[in-house]
Amino acid sequence: MEWQFFLEVLVGGLLAGVMYSLVALGFVLIYKASGVFNFAQGAMVLFAALSFVSIQDMGVPFWLALLLTLVLMVLLGVGIERVVLRPLVNQPPITLFMATIGLSFFLEGLAQMVWGTNVHGLELGIADEPFDVGGVFISKFDLFAAAVCGTLVATLALFFSKTKLGRALRAVADDHQAAMSVGIPLKHIWAIVWGVAGFVALVAGLLWGSRLGVQFALTLVVLKALPVLILGGFTSIPGAIVGGLIIGAGEKLAEVYLGPFLSGGIENWFPYMLALLFLLVRPEGLFGEKHIERV
Amino acid sequence: MKQTLIAASLVLATIAGSALAADQFIPIPSYRVGPYASGGAKFYGGMIDYLNYVNMKEGGVGGVKLTYEECETEYKNDRGVECYERLKAKNGGASAFNFMSTGITYAVMDRAEKDQIPLMTMGFGRADAQDGRAFKYTFPLITSYWSQATAKIQFIGQRLGGMDKLRGKKIVNLYHGSAYGKETIPVLDAMATKHGFELKHIEVPAPGTEQQSQWLDIRREQPDFVVLRSWGVMTPAALKSAQRVGYPREQIVSNWWGGSEEDAIAAGDAAKGYIAGSFALDGKQFPLIQDIEKVVYGAGKGNLSDKGYIGTVNYNRGVVSGLLMVEAIRAAQKKYGAKTLTGDQVRWGMENINIDAKRQKALGVSDMFPQVRTSCQNHEGSGYTRFMQWDGKDWKPVSGWIKADTSITQPLIKASVEKYVKEKGITLRNCNAEK
Repeated sequence: MEWQFFLEVLVGGLLAGVMYSLVALGFVLIYKASGVFNFAQGAMVLFAALSFVSIQDMGVPFWLALLLTLVLMVLLGVGIERVVLRPLVNQPPITLFMATIGLSFFLEGLAQMVWGTNVHGLELGIADEPFDVGGVFISKFDLFAAAVCGTLVATLALFFSKTKLGRALRAVADDHQAAMSVGIPLKHIWAIVWGVAGFVALVAGLLWGSRLGVQFALTLVVLKALPVLILGGFTSIPGAIVGGLIIGAGEKLAEVYLGPFLSGGIENWFPYMLALLFLLVRPEGLFGEKHIERV
Repeated sequence: MKQTLIAASLVLATIAGSALAADQFIPIPSYRVGPYASGGAKFYGGMIDYLNYVNMKEGGVGGVKLTYEECETEYKNDRGVECYERLKAKNGGASAFNFMSTGITYAVMDRAEKDQIPLMTMGFGRADAQDGRAFKYTFPLITSYWSQATAKIQFIGQRLGGMDKLRGKKIVNLYHGSAYGKETIPVLDAMATKHGFELKHIEVPAPGTEQQSQWLDIRREQPDFVVLRSWGVMTPAALKSAQRVGYPREQIVSNWWGGSEEDAIAAGDAAKGYIAGSFALDGKQFPLIQDIEKVVYGAGKGNLSDKGYIGTVNYNRGVVSGLLMVEAIRAAQKKYGAKTLTGDQVRWGMENINIDAKRQKALGVSDMFPQVRTSCQNHEGSGYTRFMQWDGKDWKPVSGWIKADTSITQPLIKASVEKYVKEKGITLRNCNAEK
């Protein structure tokens, strides 16, 4: 049945989009709090997943390995703030961006140096098998990933809008100097947000690692997050989710229905084109903040 | 005093130089970091172990010690070219290069031709380089991409109960969206015409981390088999996606790039039943592998940090790579004498490799890889592929060695070589005259 197939592609695309959102969230968190586009997010995903499976390989039980990795990622985040970002306070955004490029290479090398280069399998106990809903196959794993992502987004959205710390983070993102002048401890704020980004990288690393195996290629999943960010806006957590859903569904439907007319394999460039079309209408992205500058 | 020191240094340098000149240098353009480090470390570990084994067991080849130097390519073309330039003239000159990378090989082919250094492209491309009359310095030893593609279809024919059973069947070619992925499309098209099966090509955009729409399409098409032309992360992503749409892994047949432990382990349970081609079997049952472990690792000189990886697919492939290179040097020494050979002389040796069943037995590698006999015109020397199935823990052979269908490959090679010769403005070598 053609409509069933359409529905299957649509649902599959939406659920794939949730996985993209998960990676996009890490970018949004750091950009929101520091105005830095963190090029090293992919490397953090790899570092987190590789650390988790390597600790598990030592015979450590799942939950303890998760806890230890979380501690490691928070320490890594705090370390990045202390060593890389703190000396660059009040520097132009491009300087901070360049620093994260260097950080990316450093983390990729460090992960392989500490934990080795071997590929690891990762089973989270949720079978990546389909179940049949009226002829439409839906993956149990995708549903689980969507639930995890939904919970994460709801928690982070509440944190940013309802807590004092969250508001402080937003103030820092708007203007470092202004935030410091009203007594917001910039260094602590950055350390916290990089720690939280480390946690998000761990969640993304576990879910993507379970799907692709824990290997260097995990750094490439960020390629899927970039159009989501362009579309959803770099500063909006709900934007990362909505952007992910649109990109996921859009690219799958385009691949299946437009691909055959364009010799196939259009999934790589189509999401970027879709995002750029949105930008023509809303340059700040779907949920991005409008910048009004006095001159 | 100063003059004495200078003179002493010169004498020492001359002694060192002459020591190096008596060695045979083999460059190792390895990739131990980066995206493909997991396979690269084992492959080049196996190759280095074999070179050390020959030195320790026989004192080198014909008394000429084998030396090597590594250069990290990270599987990147620019770094590969840099490594080539850095190593080509070192230590008396490079014997031959094996980059284990189609991209790097393409990038240095013209340079190698000019420098007269052979490129060993065991198992990969370019496929038309089988014809040594046009590609004097490139050696797709054992099996090229095109040969493997025809073997895949023959294997599927065997599974169905005969090649005639292919008629009316449907096969999907799921390929990596790159030059590598597209390279076998004409071969498969020709096989489909010959055997009367329906063939659909579906591209996976590189690197292949997400394949949901392609596999939904496959589920809709309901093919009898999927031939996978994957590399790196595309393989586990394909197997996981197949599991998600309920496609049986026993009906997925890949080429050797998708057939290592790394590919299967990354996919977890989804890999069980999956089939891949190979040109060198894994395992420690071969006397050579056992002896390497005893001699090299016993002396604490093994290259792998974890000897548990001895006998894995990539390790054994590396051993075979070292072995073929050494056999080429042995063959060349018979003609040119037991001395340091030039790249061009090793090229001659590579055109005169003869590893028959008797030689395989002597080397302790019976049935580990097919018999190899190269010539001036035939740079592949074999054309056989064997298929293995992942049982959840190990690869198990599920076929004998399947010979390439040359009725398909030869016309394609001929056409491609004619085009290449015209483009480059070269003339074909006269192999009869060179005998």
